Amino acid sequence: MWQVTEEELAPIATGAGILGTGGGGNPYIGQLRARQAIRKWGPVTVLSPDEIPEDARVVCVGGIGAPTVGIEKVRDLQSYHALRAIEEYTGEKATAIISNEIGGSNSLEPLIPAAMAGLPVVDADGMGRAFPEFQMKTFFVYGVPCCPMAVADEKGNSVIIRETITPYWAERLARATTVQMGCVACYAVAPMSAEQVRNTAIPMTLTLAKDLGSAVAQARAEGTDPLEAILRVCPGKVLFSGKVMDIDRRTTAGFARGTLTIDGLDSFSGERMVIDFQNENLIARRDGEIVCTVPDLICAVASDIGEPVTTELMRYGLRVTILGFPAPGLWTTPEGLAVAGPEAFGYETGYIPLEV
Amino acid sequence: MFIGVDVGGTNTDAALMREQQLLAAAKVPTTEDVTSGIVDAITELVKQGIDSAEVDAVMVGTTHFTNALLERRDLSPTAVIRLALPATQLLPPLVDWPSALKDAIGGLTYMVGGGNEFDGREISALDSEGIRNAVKDIRSQGARAIAVSGVFSPVDPAHENEAAALIREDAPDMRVCLSHENGRMGLLERENAAALNACLGDVAVTTIKGIEDALDRLGIDAPLFMSQNDGTLMDTGFAARFPVLTISSGPTNSMRGGAYLSGVTDGIVVDIGGTSTDVGALVKGFPRESAVAVDVAGVRTNFRTPDMVSIALGGGTVVQREPWRIGPESVGYRLTEKSLVFGGDTLTTTDIAVAGGRAKLGDWRFLAGMGRAVVDRGIKAIEDGIEGAVDRVKLSYEDVPVVLVGGGSVLLKDSLAGASRVIRPEHAGVANAIGAAIAQVGGQVERVYSLEGGSREEAIADCTATAMERAVAAGADPSSVQVVDVEEVPLTYVPSNATRVRVKAVGDIDTKRLKQGHKAKDGA
Repeated sequence: MWQVTEEELAPIATGAGILGTGGGGNPYIGQLRARQAIRKWGPVTVLSPDEIPEDARVVCVGGIGAPTVGIEKVRDLQSYHALRAIEEYTGEKATAIISNEIGGSNSLEPLIPAAMAGLPVVDADGMGRAFPEFQMKTFFVYGVPCCPMAVADEKGNSVIIRETITPYWAERLARATTVQMGCVACYAVAPMSAEQVRNTAIPMTLTLAKDLGSAVAQARAEGTDPLEAILRVCPGKVLFSGKVMDIDRRTTAGFARGTLTIDGLDSFSGERMVIDFQNENLIARRDGEIVCTVPDLICAVASDIGEPVTTELMRYGLRVTILGFPAPGLWTTPEGLAVAGPEAFGYETGYIPLEV
Repeated sequence: MFIGVDVGGTNTDAALMREQQLLAAAKVPTTEDVTSGIVDAITELVKQGIDSAEVDAVMVGTTHFTNALLERRDLSPTAVIRLALPATQLLPPLVDWPSALKDAIGGLTYMVGGGNEFDGREISALDSEGIRNAVKDIRSQGARAIAVSGVFSPVDPAHENEAAALIREDAPDMRVCLSHENGRMGLLERENAAALNACLGDVAVTTIKGIEDALDRLGIDAPLFMSQNDGTLMDTGFAARFPVLTISSGPTNSMRGGAYLSGVTDGIVVDIGGTSTDVGALVKGFPRESAVAVDVAGVRTNFRTPDMVSIALGGGTVVQREPWRIGPESVGYRLTEKSLVFGGDTLTTTDIAVAGGRAKLGDWRFLAGMGRAVVDRGIKAIEDGIEGAVDRVKLSYEDVPVVLVGGGSVLLKDSLAGASRVIRPEHAGVANAIGAAIAQVGGQVERVYSLEGGSREEAIADCTATAMERAVAAGADPSSVQVVDVEEVPLTYVPSNATRVRVKAVGDIDTKRLKQGHKAKDGA
C-alpha cells in the first residue's frame, strides 16, 4: 500500500509516457487535473491486487475522445460521473478504481474519481502499456464482460451500453456517443470482483510507472545514464540508438499510422531501424530484420535525458534510443495474441518473443 | 528611411536603412530601463549625420514586456472570466501560473456558462447574469483589466464578443482582452495569453508613450512600430492591445536580418553571441514557428515564437582544461578584459579560434603556450556543438545554406557539416536591427471550421480574408498585402469533418497613410 501525492504525479507521468510505446497523448492536462484533484480531495491510496479485500468491487475507468478537442474543452469530472452512473445502474457500490491503460495520460485518469469519491486505486491495469482501442484489454480477453458500461460527459448526460455482442461493438457505440457528447467523455465498466482483477489485470503497473519515472529523474539529477536506470527498473534491452532520419505520418480512420526511420549512432553506426506505428509502435526492424513485435513494448526515449518521445513529437534530428520490453505474460498466450498480436494489426508476421 | 532598433540582453543595436541599403549602424549597451538604451542607439545614428525629417518610420524590437513579467513590475490588476460551464471546472483560469505572478495581477478568476463544442454547438447559453455579477465583483476589487476566454472561441467567437459588450456596458474603462483575438487552439494556453495581454496594458501604454516622447525629443517625427515575434510589425495601437506578441521578437529579428543580408529565404541562421548561440530555420524568409508550448515568465502559452535551438556556446564561453569542459559559463561582455588573447586570465572559445588561425583579434602572442592538442580539441568541440544544433533544427537530412550572424561567428570556418554553403553577410553584427527595419506588417488568423455546412475552399477563403483585413488594420498598404502561409490540419478522431486553418498575410508599411495618421494625432 502506498499513497499518490502531488510529488508522485511527475514520475508517474514520465514512466507512463515510456510505457505508452509512442502513443498515449499529451500528459500535461492529465497531470494538471490529477494535481488539482489531489489538492482538493487529498492523496489517493494505492492497493496491490493482493491487498484488495475478497469482496472488492473494482470499476475500470478511462477517457475516450479526441485529443485535439481535449486541449480545448479540457476534461473535467467525466470519469466520476461515469463511475456513479454504472454504480446506480448495477446497484453495486465501487470499493476501488482500476486503470484501463497504464501507458500515457490514461494512467492518471483513475486518480481523479478516486480522490473525489475517497476510494483507493488498484496497482494494476488492463494493458500494461498503451493500445489504440477500447477492446484491447486483458480483462476482456480473459472473460470479464465489457458491459454494462457507462459513458458520461461533463454536462450531466450519461449513457449505459447494456450489452454488446463483442467488445469491439462496445468501442463503436461508445465512440459514437462520445462524438455527440462533444468528443471529451469518460467511461466506466461494471464492477469486477477481486478474483477477476487478480486473474486478468496486469499487476503492479502504477508502481512500475512511478519507479521508471523516479529512476529517470534521479539519473538526470546525478548525471548518470538514464537508460541504464530504466533497464534496472524494468528488464528489457536496447534495441537501437541513433538519429531520427524520417517520420512519415498518415492519418487514416482517425489513427495516426506511419513509419519512423532511425540511422544508427555509436555502436549501431551504419545500421538503420524502421518502426511501424499506429498511434503506438508496433514492429521494429533492424536492417530489414524484425527485432521486436507487438505486444512486446517498443519504447522511444531521448538518448540524453531518458524522457519518452511520442510519435507526435518525433522529428528529424532527434537522438533517440529504442528500448524493448517483453510483454506481460497475459498478452503472449494464444488468446492474448489474437487481440493484440501482430496479426490483430494486419501483419502477416507472427509474434516473435523478445529475448532479454 | 527606416530606423530599426533591436534590444538584446547585452546590446541595443540600431540600423538606418534607405530602400534596401544600410546607411548607418550603432551598437550601445542595453540599459536597465531599456528606453534610454533605445534613445542612446538612435542618438548614435543621428550623430552620424542623418536628417531626422527624412525618417519615415521607426521599428523597435524590445524586451520591455518580458522584463515587466519577469520582474512583476507595473502589471495591471487583472481578472479572467471563462465562458465554459459546466465544462472545464477542475482547471480554473490561471491554474498553473507561478503564484508570485498570479498574486502580482490579483488572480481573480470566474467561470460562467457559455462556450462552444468542437462543431460549433453551444456548450450552454451565455450566462449574461453571471458575467454582470462577475464584473460587479471585479470592479469592487479594483481590477482594471479583464481577459475573456471561451471554449472553442477560435471556432465561434460570438460568446466572447457578447461578453465584451456586456463588460463595456457596465465598466466602460475596463481593458478587455478576448482570447480568440490572439488565439490558437488550446484553451489554457490561449487564456493565459489573453491574461498576459490584459495585465500588460499599463506597461504597454507607458512604454509606447515613453519611446514616442523620446523620438519627439530627438526630432524624429515619424510613426513607431513594434516588432512581433513572427517577424512582422504592428503599429502602436495594435501593440498596446497585444503587447505579449513582442515577446522573443529579438531572435526573430536576427533571423529576418540574416535572411535579408544573405538573400537566403530557406535555410538555417546561426546567431553566435557572447554567451550563447541561437539556431533557427528560415522558411520562405520567415522563422519557422515552434509547435510546442512556449513558456513566458513561467506561464504556458502557445505563441508563434520561432522554433530555435539555443546552446550555451558563444565567443566568450569559458574553456576548462582539467577536466576538459566547454561552458556553460561565459565571460560575456567582459571578453576584452578576461580572455587570454586580450591579456586576461581565462581561456575562452575566442582564444581557441585565434590560436587555430580562424580569427584575428587581440594579441596572439598571449596564446603562445597553448598546445596544439588543446586547440584541435577546442575547435572540434565548438564545431560539434554548432553542427549538432544545426542538425536539430533541420527538417530533413538534405544539406541547406547556413547564414552566420552575430559577433561570435569568428569561431567557425566557412564549411560546416550539414551546410550546402556557409554565408557570412556584411553587417552581420547588426542583423537584428536590420531585421527590425526591413520588416513588413502582418496579420495572422487561426480558426477551426466545421465542413458540414461549407467547403474547404470557403473555409480557407474566409480565413484568408480575415488575415488580410488584420494586416491592413495593423498598418499594411492594402495593395501590397500577400498571403505568405496557409496551413490546414484536419482534426483527428473527429468524424464530423472539422479542419483547422491558419493563414498569414503580410504587406509593406503604408507610410503615407500612417504619416498622415501620425500628423493628425500630433495635431490633436
